Amino acid sequence: MIQVEHLTKCYGDVMAVRDLSFEIDEGHVYGFLGPNGAGKSTTMNIMTGCLSATSGRVLIDGHDIFEEPKEAKRLMGYLPEQPPLYLGESPVEYLTFVGRAKGLKGEELKHQVTDVMAQTKIEHVAHRRIGDLSKGYRQRVGIAQALLGNPKVIILDEPTVGLDPIQIIEIRDLIRELGRTHTVIFSSHILSEVQAICDRILIIAHGKLVAFDCPENLERDLLTQNQITLTTQAGPDEVQEVLDRLDHLSDITFQAKEGGYTQTHFHTSHPKPYEMTRQLFWAFAESDVPLLEMTLKKASLEDVFLELTETAPAQEDEAEEMDEEVEEA
Amino acid sequence: MIAVLQHELKSYFHTLTAYVFGAFLLCFVGIGAMMYNLEMAVSNFEYVLSFGCLVFVVIVPILTMRVIAEERKQKTDQLLYSLPISTTSVVLGKYLALLVVYLVPLCIVSLYPLIFSRYGQVYLPTSYGSIFAFFVLGAALIALGVFISSLTDNQGFAAGIGIAVILFNYYSVQLAEYISSSALGTLVALWVIAIALGLVIRFVTGQENLAFVIMGVLMVAAFVVYQVDATLLEGLLPNIMTQLSLFERFYVFVNGVFDLTGIFYYLSVVVFFLFLSVQSLEKRRYN
Repeated sequence: MIQVEHLTKCYGDVMAVRDLSFEIDEGHVYGFLGPNGAGKSTTMNIMTGCLSATSGRVLIDGHDIFEEPKEAKRLMGYLPEQPPLYLGESPVEYLTFVGRAKGLKGEELKHQVTDVMAQTKIEHVAHRRIGDLSKGYRQRVGIAQALLGNPKVIILDEPTVGLDPIQIIEIRDLIRELGRTHTVIFSSHILSEVQAICDRILIIAHGKLVAFDCPENLERDLLTQNQITLTTQAGPDEVQEVLDRLDHLSDITFQAKEGGYTQTHFHTSHPKPYEMTRQLFWAFAESDVPLLEMTLKKASLEDVFLELTETAPAQEDEAEEMDEEVEEA
Repeated sequence: MIAVLQHELKSYFHTLTAYVFGAFLLCFVGIGAMMYNLEMAVSNFEYVLSFGCLVFVVIVPILTMRVIAEERKQKTDQLLYSLPISTTSVVLGKYLALLVVYLVPLCIVSLYPLIFSRYGQVYLPTSYGSIFAFFVLGAALIALGVFISSLTDNQGFAAGIGIAVILFNYYSVQLAEYISSSALGTLVALWVIAIALGLVIRFVTGQENLAFVIMGVLMVAAFVVYQVDATLLEGLLPNIMTQLSLFERFYVFVNGVFDLTGIFYYLSVVVFFLFLSVQSLEKRRYN
């Protein structure tokens, strides 16, 4: 459906997007996740033809967005970060203009305008000035605009930013509903939101794609480092001895407590965390070391997100350092 | 293009813009008609238009200031970029809408000679010839205004620059006559113009090298001409200004000559500035 190939965008000396490549299939809700300034909006602007790319290309159903913009743009509906609304007009007037510009005419135009207004539930404000509407309704008018012309893909740039909690829930429901009939790509810097709505997540940090998978896989594959904390009635040496017999453990730290207790923290890369805790239980039982407390903290998508977006700049610095070394050599 | 045209027209006639523009134009032409045709009993309607074209200095920038600047400010230009219509048709649609807004009061004005001719001798060919020239003059100024509006996201700034540029154009010939017509004086003036042009290019395209090269080439060329044959430069500036001034060309029509080169000049100015407006919009995509 959409292929993004080696996309790079520089603003002067600043590289907003670097060598970004991914492919989007039909019929899913995709979440574009990344901290502020990660290059989400830039990427979306390039994908929709609002911005040129320094290099690389974007294909929409085989149409290059730069070479065949009309064909490509017809397949997409786009809601930019700030909804592009003419505040002096009513939603009907506005949508009629957008529909016409998308090539709709006569009965079909009327029909589609009524349709998208019903879909986004803005019929009862259809004749009020957009400037007088609340932010949530403006956002809906913006989404309605993207839906006109029945595009295959709908791209929404941070559609829930600045809305109140109820409006956020409503917009999320709307996105979920749209996901049944369209391919939806939407960006956000809020993880829980993406987790709640999307079946595929793209994580972008510093203009690079750092992860692309469904939420469950991301949780499972990327950060299987679950954290375990043990409290035992034994000295650190004894605990160390027991742990030495087990695999999949790392980053072990000991903390001696009053009364002969030891608290031990470590990470486990075991794919099945409960299997790991079972082994721990038996290992301590066999060694006659009383295991008083064991807590397992499972890695969440939040951790994946933080780790991925935080490690990226470090890697980048390394890469730059290497580049410098190469140049010096 | 049709969609943009319809949309723009709707917004002009829904807001005060079209009416204020029309009222100003009619009012000014009306005062002129009263002064020349009624009070002084002159039968030439051309003089009214010659007096009336001063109003362009104010009303054209007011009409065109928001046309692209406002889209930028409200970020609605993003919508236009993402729609399956080309930048050229966006600019053309907007420009044609402005022409329609301009044509409505002009249609009313074009009734005046007919009305006057019922009460006296009015030579209609020159009257309508100059009304037509008045139309293309306005069309050229509107194209210039569209371009100025495409340079900024600040309406006030667009209006200010527009007024300054059109006013300068209006008085350019008189101004040029103030400058010493000696060869050296012309050389200095040409250098100043070259530097100004360089600054404009630097501001519009953001390319310092290009601006420097053009500026340098022009300055050197002027200096070479001065060295080779200084007499060529004598009185050159008023000549250039007369050639370039949009208003000066209009006075030819007022004097009763239907000057085809003048029409051609106006049309090329329209095409030139619309082309620049498209480039200016495209440039935003390539920043």
